[in-house]
Amino acid sequence: MKRQFALLGLMGRGGALSKIHELIREMQVARVMTSSPFTLTPEDSMLQLKNLLREHRISGVPVVEDHELVGIVSIEDLIHALESHRLDAPIGDFMTRTSLVTAHAQEPVMEALRRFEVTGIGRMPVLDARGKLVGIITRGDITMALLRALQDIYSEVEAIQDRPQHFFEALESDNTSLQLRYRVEKGDFARGGDASAKIKRALLRIGASPQLSRRVAIAAYEAEMNLIIHTDDGGLILADVQPTEITIVAQDSGPGIQDVELAKQPGYSTATSQIREMGFGAGMGLVNIERCTDKMSLWSALGVGTRLQMMFQVSPEEVGEAEEA
Amino acid sequence: MTLDEILEATEAELLIEPAYTFDLEFACASDLMSDVLVFTKPNMLLVTGLTNPQAIRTADMAEAPAVVFVRGKYPPQETLELAEEMGIGVLLSPYTMFETAGLLFQAGLKGIGKLPTLRQQ
Repeated sequence: MKRQFALLGLMGRGGALSKIHELIREMQVARVMTSSPFTLTPEDSMLQLKNLLREHRISGVPVVEDHELVGIVSIEDLIHALESHRLDAPIGDFMTRTSLVTAHAQEPVMEALRRFEVTGIGRMPVLDARGKLVGIITRGDITMALLRALQDIYSEVEAIQDRPQHFFEALESDNTSLQLRYRVEKGDFARGGDASAKIKRALLRIGASPQLSRRVAIAAYEAEMNLIIHTDDGGLILADVQPTEITIVAQDSGPGIQDVELAKQPGYSTATSQIREMGFGAGMGLVNIERCTDKMSLWSALGVGTRLQMMFQVSPEEVGEAEEA
Repeated sequence: MTLDEILEATEAELLIEPAYTFDLEFACASDLMSDVLVFTKPNMLLVTGLTNPQAIRTADMAEAPAVVFVRGKYPPQETLELAEEMGIGVLLSPYTMFETAGLLFQAGLKGIGKLPTLRQQ
């Protein structure tokens, strides 16, 4: 139900319905017509017309004389020529010359469609503001353009329907939780941040707001870099995602932190100058993590390992605000 | 500030086209990725002299749609590849960090303002 409302809302403002409206009212002939069409002159023969129509599978051709539109000749005229065995006759003998119905490049497609209905003709030469021939338009061109546009709108609506609008909306259970595990290798700077980026994408995919996924990702990234920089042989990142709370644990098996309280101080770092050159080791990691989390606990023992637990409360403002495209 | 305006202000070269068009209000210039993450705001431009892939990672976490590398230091291939993959724009400014930041500030990009004193060990 909720999603249907969201969809309707979207259709209302700048969405599908207004797109259809815009399409019908505003799509110009120039966007739909075949531009730079083939042309013939009144002196060309009906045989040339026959070949042109057959070769390019078209049904009518504008006739020009000294760059001026003087008429239009179509498959109906060709049939007349065939019936009277006059394929060698000049086009000027058969073409529609008077009361020529034309369309204008800048007018809405709907206007052109109305003219097709009123006159019953099959095609219209298209003129620009200065009366120069710039294209040709058929009913089929308009139908195809509208169908294509509707197809685009349909895919757009479908994409919206597929995306969860609210955190965890797509999953139902008495106690839903999503667990993600990542192995982080020591010294693997090239892939550093990969796990955090994946956590972030996963959160966005299940409908977390950009704000929530961002603060989780930043904390996870700092923890991930700590595993890469400081551990003996890497570690694990475990994410437990629940509708109201997200917990991320970064753990390793050594070397452990000598003084946990000192490690939490801003600016304190044991990183080498090589690591500082890479933009890390400024001693702000844990400070930053603490800022992003609602609760952080750090346990460590020398020679045993370190366990950093980060908790994120999913606040009401952080759910159901999945980014609108 | 749009991509074109940033390119014009810093005379930068566009190395990777960003995946999205943007109009930014803020920028952060730093070689310390943690600092960038502390000061991050959505839709912020990252200006840095650090050309390794972590700069792109940091931009991704911080949702910076583009990174300006300074003093003409051409980033390594792996940095460009990651940026391409993540859709993050990469620009190369011929000016130093100070001058690049100054040009951007002059052109209208804002910083995050005054910060409280942070006492360190």
